[in-house]
Amino acid sequence: MKEANKHSEMQKFGMVIDLDKCTGCGACMVACMAENNVPFQEDETDPLLSVKWMRVYKMTNGKPYPETDICYLPRPCQHCEGQHEGHSPCVSVCPATATDYDMATGIVSQIYTRCFGCRYCMAACPYHVRLFNWYDPIWPPGMEKMLNPDISVRMRGIVEKCSFCFHRYQLAKDQAYVEGRREIEEHEYQTACTQACPADAIVFGDLNNPSHLVHQLAQPDLKHHGKPKNPKAFRLLERLGTNPKIYYMSSKKWVRLAGDNYTREELNKKRT
Amino acid sequence: MSTSDDQSKESQEVAATEKTDLEPIEPGQSSVGHVVLFFIVGFVASLVLGWVIFPKLLYSTKPQPFNYSHAIHNELVDEGCESCHYFREDGSFSGIPSLESCVECHEEMQGDSEDEAIFMEEYVAKDREIPWHVYSRQPDCVFFSHAAHVKMGKMDCVTCHGHIGESDQLPTYKENRISTYSIDIWGRNISGIKRNSWDRMKMNDCANCHRENGVNQRSVQTRKGGCFVCHN
Repeated sequence: MKEANKHSEMQKFGMVIDLDKCTGCGACMVACMAENNVPFQEDETDPLLSVKWMRVYKMTNGKPYPETDICYLPRPCQHCEGQHEGHSPCVSVCPATATDYDMATGIVSQIYTRCFGCRYCMAACPYHVRLFNWYDPIWPPGMEKMLNPDISVRMRGIVEKCSFCFHRYQLAKDQAYVEGRREIEEHEYQTACTQACPADAIVFGDLNNPSHLVHQLAQPDLKHHGKPKNPKAFRLLERLGTNPKIYYMSSKKWVRLAGDNYTREELNKKRT
Repeated sequence: MSTSDDQSKESQEVAATEKTDLEPIEPGQSSVGHVVLFFIVGFVASLVLGWVIFPKLLYSTKPQPFNYSHAIHNELVDEGCESCHYFREDGSFSGIPSLESCVECHEEMQGDSEDEAIFMEEYVAKDREIPWHVYSRQPDCVFFSHAAHVKMGKMDCVTCHGHIGESDQLPTYKENRISTYSIDIWGRNISGIKRNSWDRMKMNDCANCHRENGVNQRSVQTRKGGCFVCHN
């Protein structure tokens, strides 16, 4: 359908994460794992083997006391749009059509039954959001009864990642259909991490809709690939042109500078 | 000199052995007949194996707990299929009714059939849910929204479920031993010929209808149907 290809007129879900508010508690990580049936092993110390859709990083400014400062950075899938619609790094390399870009929601999907585990997407993703299942998931006895029925569990040998809790979008749509609506409201579709955050650091909504809080906070500039107009807001690795839909906000300059891949010389120039 | 003699002797011997080797093979009509006969027998055997024996081995027949007549119930209820298979307020579909909704009418024996007696004794009296085998059960990775199809798409039940609502007997449930899904997903016709829209429920059957009606044809990769509509 032709109307479907106008992404700017449809929904584009995104997230704004206020790093000033984030305390690094990790509630978003826990909520995400519980919501999405993310498997875990006894030993989760090796980040290359463990699967976490949402991960909280700790950053420091590297300065000695008393100027030492730290910041926590939660990192879900960035759902990149790319320079033209749907040209995300991972989508353009997938040989199996297992990952795709949805024009109606702006969500980068991952179809687990379609993926055969070549891991091109993992190599292409600059944010390390894609994770490979080295083992079949084994749940402690009794825990499989607590699994979310709306999400299928993944097998060994395939790649998985954050889906913006897409099943919640489907359920919200179902409710809207039964009530005779086509559109869903902001509060009807929220991700698990957003709802779990005790500090309200994570905000989720439609970036194309001016009445949604994410739009007001990030103020995406549609003429410049959604670059935030809010001076406090930034996106990770903005210079790569991946056009991600996760906006971060921080009042600290060193945090905003740490979000991109500047060289040491560039950093020294920017700081002064 | 002796070497040349040896050579000639050897060559004679080689010729002799070749001759004896060739003698028994005499391409005649009888051996061609054998080959053709063997081919036909093998061909028929593999056809029988593939079309008759393999499907019998692949599917196991499982009895339902008791027979259920949709026809009888359909006459007694007011709102047709939606009387028992209804939408909940949150948009989800109830599917096969729970024992609770059966008991609303079946607190007492309503008729005198043997099936109802089993139902009353085994399930209502013991307060056990009926372990139906579900003909339409799809894999875990498939998301199907009844709301989208029935409420927004305005489709009727028959398009996918056939005339089960007017049937007196439940169809025999045949389970695929490998995939554990019902034969109705592949189709009762083992050659895969589809005459009615409800004959098969494989991925292509969903995708064809979506393509014909232009539903969610928004994939960036294929410019056709997006996978994230039905899979998650």
